Amino acid sequence: VAPAIAGGRPQGERKKMIRSRSARLVAVVAGLAALSLAAAACSSSSTTTSKSSSSALTASAPGITKTSILIGSHQPLTGIAAPGYSEIAPSSNAYFQYVNAHGGIYGRKIIYKYLNDQYNPSITSTVVHQLILQDNVYAIFNGLGTPTHLAVAPFINSEHVPDVFVASGCECWNSPSTLPDTFGWQLDYVREGKILGQYVAQHFKGKKIGFFYQDDEFGMDGIKGLSYEIPKKQIVAKESYDPTNIKIGPQIAALKAAGAQVVIAFSVPAFTALMKLTMVGLKYNPQLVVSDVGSDPITLAGLLASFAKSKTAGFGNALTQGIITDGYLPSTYEKSNSWIKLWTKIYDQYVAKLKYPLDGNVLYGFATAYTFVQAMFKAGRNPTRQDLINAINAGLPQNVAVAPYAYSSTDHNGITGAYIGVIKNGELVPTTGVYVTTDSPTSPITLLSTPQPPAPASGIPSP
Amino acid sequence: MTTPTPPAPQARPLSDQVEIGQRTAAWPWLSKSTLLRHVAFAIVGAIVLYVISISLGAYRDYQMAEVAASVVAVAGLTVLIGLSGQISIGNGAFMAVGGYVAALLFMHLHWPLEAIIVVATLAAALVGAVFGVAAARLRGPYLAGATLMLAVALPFFATRFTSVLGGDQGLGFFITQPAFLGVNFTLSRWQAWLTCGWGLLALLLLANLVRSRVGRTWRAIRDDEVAAALAGINVARTQILAFTVSAAAAGLGGVLLAIVVGTVSPSLFTLSLSIQLLTAAVLGGLGSLAGAIWGGVLLVLVPTYLQDVVVSHGFASQATSSSIPIVAYGVVLIVVMLVFPRGIQGGLVSLAGPFIRRGDDSAPVETSWRRRSPAADRKEKGRR
Repeated sequence: VAPAIAGGRPQGERKKMIRSRSARLVAVVAGLAALSLAAAACSSSSTTTSKSSSSALTASAPGITKTSILIGSHQPLTGIAAPGYSEIAPSSNAYFQYVNAHGGIYGRKIIYKYLNDQYNPSITSTVVHQLILQDNVYAIFNGLGTPTHLAVAPFINSEHVPDVFVASGCECWNSPSTLPDTFGWQLDYVREGKILGQYVAQHFKGKKIGFFYQDDEFGMDGIKGLSYEIPKKQIVAKESYDPTNIKIGPQIAALKAAGAQVVIAFSVPAFTALMKLTMVGLKYNPQLVVSDVGSDPITLAGLLASFAKSKTAGFGNALTQGIITDGYLPSTYEKSNSWIKLWTKIYDQYVAKLKYPLDGNVLYGFATAYTFVQAMFKAGRNPTRQDLINAINAGLPQNVAVAPYAYSSTDHNGITGAYIGVIKNGELVPTTGVYVTTDSPTSPITLLSTPQPPAPASGIPSP
Repeated sequence: MTTPTPPAPQARPLSDQVEIGQRTAAWPWLSKSTLLRHVAFAIVGAIVLYVISISLGAYRDYQMAEVAASVVAVAGLTVLIGLSGQISIGNGAFMAVGGYVAALLFMHLHWPLEAIIVVATLAAALVGAVFGVAAARLRGPYLAGATLMLAVALPFFATRFTSVLGGDQGLGFFITQPAFLGVNFTLSRWQAWLTCGWGLLALLLLANLVRSRVGRTWRAIRDDEVAAALAGINVARTQILAFTVSAAAAGLGGVLLAIVVGTVSPSLFTLSLSIQLLTAAVLGGLGSLAGAIWGGVLLVLVPTYLQDVVVSHGFASQATSSSIPIVAYGVVLIVVMLVFPRGIQGGLVSLAGPFIRRGDDSAPVETSWRRRSPAADRKEKGRR
């Protein structure tokens, strides 16, 4: 790759060089030498790559140069959604730095420009227009949030920019006919609801069950999945909360009054913590089952301690003890898992200095970035924007998640399954195998028989 | 007003009559020359905007559209506060009404865009009129409090009636460029043309209204409600009208903002939007439409520019330092208010004062009260 860069030296330098005849001759010879070297470099790598491998690196699409790939994102770095979620983009960027330091994507370095939208759709629109129209990013990667990303998805698609791995479990990203360039990534909330619902139906037979959920697409999708699996007569209360109103005492009191012995929550971390503290205040102690987004043990423990103004060590962990939840990425509890080893290595090298704990948000940032790098390798040496779309439509192999991806030209959902686990001493301990399903009401939920493939030793996906 | 001073009340209406008589011989509320002058301004503005839109890049076109949407909303507010003397911290809510009505019409009835914009603007005006009835009974901080309540409460409707209004994620409102413009015509240029066109129309109507009898009654009420009532002006009705006009402008601004952003959602029309509008109106210069343009431009460009600076210096990687643009924006506001206490337009007018004070005839009437010299102030105090 280096010779190709040498050919692109600045204009002024080149002019000087060509001033005399002898210098021109030298230049020609040097140029030929560079070409032959480039050809040699390419032919040596052509054993592993596809048909276009003999070609030199070109600026094959907006945002792609011979040496770099520019991608963009909108992230809540400040504002209501920032606690926890603001760790995701810097963590993704840490993985990209790791890839850049180990050869990049076919030699190109990834430049990740993520702008703060404060979780406000109007600012999301501004920054995404800036990224696409002014900065000419190759793709929008991991744009965070349902309302924020809904505001820009039609625009991104109208510009035919790949809109990959949206950071939201809304089913709305799976719409290949209206949003052909948009792809979800994380386990969608309907599938998650079904998997949690089946577990509860099997393990808490005859018990009274209450729902506590966020009153929007996130909570509704989750409830939809739960109600496919849990017998109606067991459900004694359905209480929702509005994310802008932190007074949830009445809802929790209603759950208690209905006698719910199991409470299933589709809530964000702050409201999971509020729910638990309110229950403690009411001396109400049902079995809690919380969806993945609202149950990261480290985030929860921190929120519980800060809401209760407690400085006692282990206060938060004591309250999260025994919460049942699900996970679609390997848990940090599994210290010997090859993925956790890889993430810990990259965390120590790039993220620890940012002073984030190694929590679910950091793992999420790593995992989405890894998936993007894998898709880029698959898109080829000199990809157009459509090549990336085609590569994902053709399906991605299972990698960072415990279950395979659903990607096809007719399905733009991502991860298809999760395991059930229990929070013990501030860590998520998996207790079951991995369940996979689809989001239709009748499709079965089955145990996955094949184990997750191990992480590559290099930490970089193979093309 | 406690001691009767016969000469003053007699002299004032007299001079006013003379002024009106000279200017508006043919029509009492719309002077022909004023209309022509404003139309000429609008045409020149349209040509300038057209040239800008075709010569700068696609992203600048998008920013033009953003500016146009906020200028309309700020203009509505500056007319209300600067001319009729009523304060509103709730114009973001009227923008929400315009935006949501437009999105609902777009989704369910598939009307042509022009009809959607007009009806949504009228809907916001209607809500403004209803609220204006209550507002006309309130003064100063009480009115500010009531409008603040509106800005806080209205977005909750969206989460309360999720099935109709789409809850937190809102409703889609993605308008594409018409096919006849060709495949190479960018969406952002179409957005710029659309919003600037409607923006110019709104400014033209507002400018005429401000110079009309209606505008004069607003200023009369602002300066002295009792005197205005004695002169035969129905104070409450006039204030309600001002509120309605302001809400209509905010509603149009809301529709245009929704077109630019591509969606309507509660987080688009937050309390901070209402406060930003107020900031922009004060910053540009209260009561002046030119000031509204300055305010709208600042509202859009300064935060974007500051974020660019921060990102290009590599500060954006951490959550704490990503607050820098917000802090810097606050600093800019403070500096502008220190340097130009009467807003940018007021500052420019006083800087250029000696050169353009040829006669009040060509200058907007609303600046006459703000351009008062300290000596005139003292004189009036003496009269009181």
